Amino acid sequence: MDKLNINQHISQQYNSALDDLKTEFLALGGIVEQQIIKAVKSITDVDVDLAAEVMAVEKEVDKREIVLDDLCTQIIARRQPTASDLRLVMAISKATRDLERMGDEANKIAKMAIAISESETLPHGFSELRNLGRQVQDEVNITLTAFARYDVDMALQVVDKDEEIDREYATAMRELITYMMEDPRNISRAMSIIWSLRSLERIGDHAGNISEQVIYLVKGLDIRHKTADEVAEQVSQD
Amino acid sequence: MTEIKGDIVVDQKTTMTTNNKVVLDGDNDKTVGEPFVENAKMSMRHVNVFYGEKQAIFDVNLDIASNQVVAMIGPSGCGKSTFLRCLNRMNDTISICRVDGKLFLEEQDINDKKMDVVPLRARVGMVFQKPNPFPKSIYDNVAYGPRIHGLADRRSDLDEIVETSLQKAGLWDEVKDRLHQPGIGLSGGQQQRLCIARTIAVSPEVILMDEPCSALDPIATAKIEELIDELSQNYTIAIVTHSMQQAARVSHRTAYFHLGKLIEVNETEKVFTNPDHSLTEAYITGRFG
Repeated sequence: MDKLNINQHISQQYNSALDDLKTEFLALGGIVEQQIIKAVKSITDVDVDLAAEVMAVEKEVDKREIVLDDLCTQIIARRQPTASDLRLVMAISKATRDLERMGDEANKIAKMAIAISESETLPHGFSELRNLGRQVQDEVNITLTAFARYDVDMALQVVDKDEEIDREYATAMRELITYMMEDPRNISRAMSIIWSLRSLERIGDHAGNISEQVIYLVKGLDIRHKTADEVAEQVSQD
Repeated sequence: MTEIKGDIVVDQKTTMTTNNKVVLDGDNDKTVGEPFVENAKMSMRHVNVFYGEKQAIFDVNLDIASNQVVAMIGPSGCGKSTFLRCLNRMNDTISICRVDGKLFLEEQDINDKKMDVVPLRARVGMVFQKPNPFPKSIYDNVAYGPRIHGLADRRSDLDEIVETSLQKAGLWDEVKDRLHQPGIGLSGGQQQRLCIARTIAVSPEVILMDEPCSALDPIATAKIEELIDELSQNYTIAIVTHSMQQAARVSHRTAYFHLGKLIEVNETEKVFTNPDHSLTEAYITGRFG
């Protein structure tokens, strides 16, 4: 945190308000990360109890999203933050939305786990799901660590990794389409896996968005909607 | 990246950086950002100011662009007001004050000792921290300058100057029915706008404002800020302010002073979102002051 010297304001209250904001954000990050891990496990292990656990956390995530929004609003209203403080508040305000969406996607995966548990035969695609799940979990973990440490290099890794995840997702989709074409009776079962893969891919996108916010926060650069090469060039120029 | 302008060489960024912020190195504290512009109304070069033995301003180079608002910010005692007062030779009134360097108003060096300061101060007007209307009527406050500078031959011309000045200062509607009442009978915010009307009555090219809102309430402040924005269409404005939010609201460019040195000059938008210099960052985020 002290790379950006958040704790050195003349006003101790301002220090603690920004500290609280970041702590709350990372706490929400931790909860959502756990939700994702459990959601993937619930589907690959077809564990209904675990899926129920994931779904039970949703309300908590929603509540924390509101608290974070309120903290951001209060800081803007009372402190009129500037420069790195302003970027921190803006970044957290946007990243919170991404975290909440990631939680929603984890929830969808948990629902699919329950749906799969109710079907008689297990569908294909578990290994793809496990693979993509592992990668996305990594991506989320690196993203949150990058945020906690204000680490641009780690954030850039995520931006790169996201393209890899997109490729992996496309490959898994091709596999599953082939599986469905082989026997139309596979379709409804395969759809659960497809929806889950889709959710994982979305989680990866949200993690990518948060990483972009880390770069904005630390460097003051807006790298959204740019290719990986353009991003690398922009960051190295600065 | 190095920019060369006239005989001045300025490093856009010094080489020593941590976390993309330039760190002040004692021997390498050149101004960062963009102190120079294409369409400069005023250009200051190598300005050093001394109060007796004590140096208050160190080698400041800065351009003020035509029809732009430049805000000067910095902690107390950083020299921002001293620098502002150089721009119309107000420091001449302090006997121990010495100003070195070149200060150009367009092509003319106003720091030239042969320069007559009376017409200079008509071209470069000033508004002070506390409203200071003359103990005269509202009309005479505004008419005073045009009269002594011989800008109006006929009464009707003078009337017109008074009306348009008060209109430009956003005060006409409030005072048009009591032009001959004393100026000091107005509220603080109205008095300050009267002082602005008095300044613009002599058709200046540049208006200097030294904390013009620090004695005013938020509503009067908002009116002056609105006025600054309108005035910038016709005048070049340099404003010194203690309120960083005010600098952020009214200025196009912001100059940050620290211990008599000009640390950073950049577009206001940049200064308040991603300043180049760590000292600027520390000051505007309230880490010292």
